[in-house]
Amino acid sequence: MIHYLVEKEYQELVDAYEKAGGDKSALLSGDTASLVVQEDRVLSATEIEGVKLAAKTDEGFISAGLLIEEGCKVSRPIHLCFGVLPQEGLQRIKLRVDVKRGAEAKVIAHCIFPNAVHIIHKMDAVINIEDNASFSYKETHYHGDYGGIEVVPKAKVTLGERALYENTFSLVEGCIGKLDFDYEIFCAAKSVAELTAKVYGKKDDIIRIFEKVNLNGNGARSLIKTRIVLTDRAGAEVIGETYGNAPYARGHVDCTELVNGEEAVAKAIPLVSVTNEKAKVTHEAAIGSIDRRQVETLMARGLDENEAVDVIVKGILR
Amino acid sequence: MLEVENLQYGLNGKSIINNLSLHVDKGEIHGILGENGTGKTTLAYLIMGVNNCEPTGGRVVFEDQDIADLSVSQRAKKGITLAWQEPARIEGLRVRDYLKLSGNNLGIEQVENCLWMVGLEPAQYLDRDVDDTLSGGERKRIELASVLAMRPKLAILDEPDSGIDIISLPLILNGIVEMSKRGSSVLLITHNEKVAEIAHRVSLLCAGKIIRTGEPAGTSQWFKEHCRTCPHINEPTEWDKGL
Repeated sequence: MIHYLVEKEYQELVDAYEKAGGDKSALLSGDTASLVVQEDRVLSATEIEGVKLAAKTDEGFISAGLLIEEGCKVSRPIHLCFGVLPQEGLQRIKLRVDVKRGAEAKVIAHCIFPNAVHIIHKMDAVINIEDNASFSYKETHYHGDYGGIEVVPKAKVTLGERALYENTFSLVEGCIGKLDFDYEIFCAAKSVAELTAKVYGKKDDIIRIFEKVNLNGNGARSLIKTRIVLTDRAGAEVIGETYGNAPYARGHVDCTELVNGEEAVAKAIPLVSVTNEKAKVTHEAAIGSIDRRQVETLMARGLDENEAVDVIVKGILR
Repeated sequence: MLEVENLQYGLNGKSIINNLSLHVDKGEIHGILGENGTGKTTLAYLIMGVNNCEPTGGRVVFEDQDIADLSVSQRAKKGITLAWQEPARIEGLRVRDYLKLSGNNLGIEQVENCLWMVGLEPAQYLDRDVDDTLSGGERKRIELASVLAMRPKLAILDEPDSGIDIISLPLILNGIVEMSKRGSSVLLITHNEKVAEIAHRVSLLCAGKIIRTGEPAGTSQWFKEHCRTCPHINEPTEWDKGL
């Protein structure tokens, strides 16, 4: 086990993690794999049997590697905590994930920027999920109300045969600032990729989400699901692309954007392409104001209009 | 409890509700029976104040107060609610939370009881979302369960039987009767004379006008004999109007 501690910073970040809804005990536990990073410094890295987790600072980058050994079924989620507590800062992460053949693991990642005035958070991830392996990555962001953050997560994900990959990205607390999300997935035969992004844009937030799935193997399947709510002057552009390149590949792109304000702007660009006659890819996109019937349904139970809208927004982002 | 007086409503120059008057007593199940397009749903919308429906004439009085200026929420807070014929789907809203919305501080047992009353097993539904993963019949039953949970003074039920299978229908009807026994008034809108038979009184609606009100069996029989075979649906003859 590797265990590095920088006491004061660590304590502050862990406290912020807990306030943001994270499970503090998981970070402190020796039998849960975890990584805690403050700005460009690795505060702790805990490995467990079957899970290799290493991180170091390398010319201003955090260079992290996560390896799940062949056949290892990790019973408890692996916890990653990336934070910048000061008002200003730069956090650049290079993450390499290898999930070996037949392994299973779940990651819960929290990105915490509670005091941000000007922060840049960039993540470049390369994720390889080998045959018959399963990997779930759930990333939740907690931002302050100022919105001075630039969030740039990028990933290339490769799935082996019969591999399963679930990615959930959630940024619904606080103001975003600027989000530029860019994921590309390559699916081998019978593999399954499910991408879910939930984002709540407020004030002057700018959101760009680009997700591309290449269904290259026979029977590969994917779902790109995006839920965006925009208020104030926030703007969003969601691009969901799926390419059915193999027999019996099945893909679906599902985007819903709710606009709750006269100056918010939403755009959805689904692109579906099939290069094999036995593949099938579908899409649906709905953009618009909050459905009046939904609002009135809740009002007819006694909620006032604002409460009803709040219930609908929370539901779509849940 | 509810007095509707000379209510009028039109759209694009066409009269939809035509000088309609009716009253509903406390605890009464009052059936509104009519063919498609006679104005049943519009009447429900006008009483609840939804779907941008505002009367062009007449009054809706609830507990001695004209409710014309009240919002949907205010009407609900006074004890009026509506179960839509085609209820909205709301992504991410769990059934258990939907049933608790009315603010009655229901415990889980009471929420479960509302689901049992409409023939749904709580363990299978409490944590599902009120979204399009539910079938039409399931969504209708959850809508009725949410009305039961609200314990309204007046429940407007717009075709609660549509989309319900024949095995579940008796449960739904029992739930409506139970609601009445607990003191709620029910405006039961239907085109099914069998369903109308659970009402205390039934009014026949034709071209936005009540043409007959009476006890359920006789009124339903009259509906069956006259309205089902009427060749001029929604265009009542002078004879119909004079009934």
